[in-house]
Amino acid sequence: MKLLTRDRFDDLLHLLREQGYRTLAPTVRDGAVVPREIGTAAELPIGWRDEHAPGHYRLLPSDAPDLFGCVLTAEPWKAQLFPAERTLFTVTRKAGRLTFTAAPPDTTRRALIGLRPCELRAVEVHDAVLRDGPYADDDYAGRRAGALTVVVNCTRAAATCFCTSQKSGPRATAGFDLALTELVADGPHRFTVEAGSATGAALLEQLDLNDATGADRAAVDAGCARAAAQISRRLKGAGLPAALLANLDHPRWDEVAARCLNCGNCTQVCPTCFCVAVEERPDLAGIEATRSRRWDSCFNPAHSYVAGGVIRNNTRSRYRQWLTHKLATWHDQFGHSGCVGCGRCIAWCPVGIDITAEAQAIRQGAQGD
Amino acid sequence: MEPLKPLDELLLEHPFFADMAEGPRKFIAGCGRNEVFHAGAYLFREGEPADRFFLIRHGSVAVELHVPGREPLVVDTLQGGDIAGWSWLVPPHRWANDARATTLVRAISLDGKCLRGKCEEDHSVGYEVFKRFIPVIAGRLSAVRLQLMDVYGDPGQRR
Amino acid sequence: MSAARAAMLPRPYRITRVRRELRDVFTWELEPADGGPPLAYAPGQFNMLYLHGVGEVPISISGDPAGATLVHTIRAVGAVTDVMRKLGKGDEIGVRGPFGVGWPVAEAEGSDLLIVAGGLGLAPLRPAIHHILAQRARYGSVAIYYGARTPADLLYRKELERWRGRFDLFVEATVDAADTSWAGRVGVVPKLIDPHQHRFDPDHSVALICGPEVMMRFTVAALQNLGVPDARLFVSMERNMHCAVGLCGHCQLGPEFICKDGPVFSFERIAPVFHAREL
Repeated sequence: MKLLTRDRFDDLLHLLREQGYRTLAPTVRDGAVVPREIGTAAELPIGWRDEHAPGHYRLLPSDAPDLFGCVLTAEPWKAQLFPAERTLFTVTRKAGRLTFTAAPPDTTRRALIGLRPCELRAVEVHDAVLRDGPYADDDYAGRRAGALTVVVNCTRAAATCFCTSQKSGPRATAGFDLALTELVADGPHRFTVEAGSATGAALLEQLDLNDATGADRAAVDAGCARAAAQISRRLKGAGLPAALLANLDHPRWDEVAARCLNCGNCTQVCPTCFCVAVEERPDLAGIEATRSRRWDSCFNPAHSYVAGGVIRNNTRSRYRQWLTHKLATWHDQFGHSGCVGCGRCIAWCPVGIDITAEAQAIRQGAQGD
Repeated sequence: MEPLKPLDELLLEHPFFADMAEGPRKFIAGCGRNEVFHAGAYLFREGEPADRFFLIRHGSVAVELHVPGREPLVVDTLQGGDIAGWSWLVPPHRWANDARATTLVRAISLDGKCLRGKCEEDHSVGYEVFKRFIPVIAGRLSAVRLQLMDVYGDPGQRR
Repeated sequence: MSAARAAMLPRPYRITRVRRELRDVFTWELEPADGGPPLAYAPGQFNMLYLHGVGEVPISISGDPAGATLVHTIRAVGAVTDVMRKLGKGDEIGVRGPFGVGWPVAEAEGSDLLIVAGGLGLAPLRPAIHHILAQRARYGSVAIYYGARTPADLLYRKELERWRGRFDLFVEATVDAADTSWAGRVGVVPKLIDPHQHRFDPDHSVALICGPEVMMRFTVAALQNLGVPDARLFVSMERNMHCAVGLCGHCQLGPEFICKDGPVFSFERIAPVFHAREL
């Protein structure tokens, strides 16, 4: 474990850019923290503190010096590797003959700086869906191959977090290129840095850092433990998939459907949701058309349209689809949960529906039977 | 011409009566007679008194509804082994459809009026008869509901 | 080009023949526009057919797998298929595929076959029928049960009648309703399956069932009643598809992606979600 002092943080950014990576990090835009390309550490959300609660997100001024004092970006990082809209191919028609041209692959190298451990887990979940299956999304695979992950472990939890239940945080143990933990007390403002890959190790070599002390290591353990202790929400995982799938007619579905606005915010901010709609855009002359994919949501009524009608024709069945996919059938499909415990869906739901509470209510009802 | 089998034995060959006890079966056979319908002939017509029903031994029968100004609509076809006619069991004992032989049909017709009387007289015979008819009628109802759903129809026009 | 890229990029095909089957159903015969080799596929698989400027739809392949041309039977039911009906010989479309898990024609060798089709469901079963008839000796008794709306809606009628004429095949058809000019059966498809009319060994039969979901539901029930085990009943499921490769999320039915885990499923596998409503 190495030590990076605060004043050298820009050295890390500089080194990454020198190696051809675009440096993406949390930054404040329009009153929210979102991942964007930054040049220097000054562009990080310093002096801000985010507040998450059911149906609630605020950025409040803070006089803490932390670079990563905000727990979670409002916009999920998934847009960087899995953009909201993307051209698949273009097709030209000349004299009745069709010519298909695939969109060029994205070869940009991106450093994702400030990924939280739950976000890293979300990238791994997307790897299983979009890259490691029988068919891969080649754009995702390309962006992923060119991505460098610089995780920042959590020393503070938001009220909506439940990473501990999903074993995705508050500390990342593997799968990253670099993992940092920010320490502001008991010494100068500094970061411990661990390498999790050969690429990460090579970067550390180049930065030529001192080793972290025993006290630093203890401070990291304490900081992450503090974050874990702050987590108030729980999602009890054992037996949950079976309990959900055995209770498809539980009255709780009607109850949550009465509250759910069917707005789809949850699917938009969820870092693992991956549904896309494929669309056709012809030009006016009928010569060239573009086929593209854009993010879709299972809350969209057209999501389950077949000739003859919509199968999930109401909020109840659509909410049930979202929850049972995320927490139950995802296990059958990919061997792990689809939820990383980031809690964004709870904060960004306008009526504050809590996925952990809904799951628990159905499980409890099941046990009562 | 081959000697005709006794009606009782013919009933035994028919799935409807195959497992009926000898007593009630002989009783019912007493109400029966052999029938032959040539192609195009009607076994019964809508509205007429329903006093007989038919165990089809061989041939095909179309169950039809007559529609004024249009061709009749065939809603079911019955083959050897099937029962034609259950209106004799249900007041007002009048046929609800036409039944037309589409091929040569050999059947055993049973006197429904006589049988109704015997069922009233001897409830154990009545039970044997109703026990067998309920599944037949239930099966027809279920099939008709499925036909009504028009599952092969245009999605836009389907009921 | 990576396999993934190839699966997402259509290949141009030219229509070499259009046949009008029924009022709203037509069949295309297609060849690769670049003159390349014909598509190799398994019975029960489907392609994504792309129409320039309009969109893309999943359509089962309905030809003879041993044949030289790609065959698709299409019903005009929506935005894309309505436009497809207007295309003719020489027009080009894009084809992606073949996708999906097909009918278990190899695993069914040695068993009696019960092929049960309703409406347009006969189209995805047609390649299986051709395959089975081409290897007839490898199977036990083979029966085809087919139901349609009216006599005018009997798909591939001439071919059905030809099959019916064979001595090694039992074929029976029925319609939901008919006028008196129809001399055949009227009623629902499950009613056709009568062991007294055609003998099969339920323990050693394989049923391939395709048609509207309601029809498949009643057919499964009838075959279960006759003693055919769930593991030997196969259905072909349908859901909204955009990508056909398990990436867009639309075709999910419970844990199953219809595009890559199906569309053909053993009933044993699909039973937990088959009867669930609005899933």
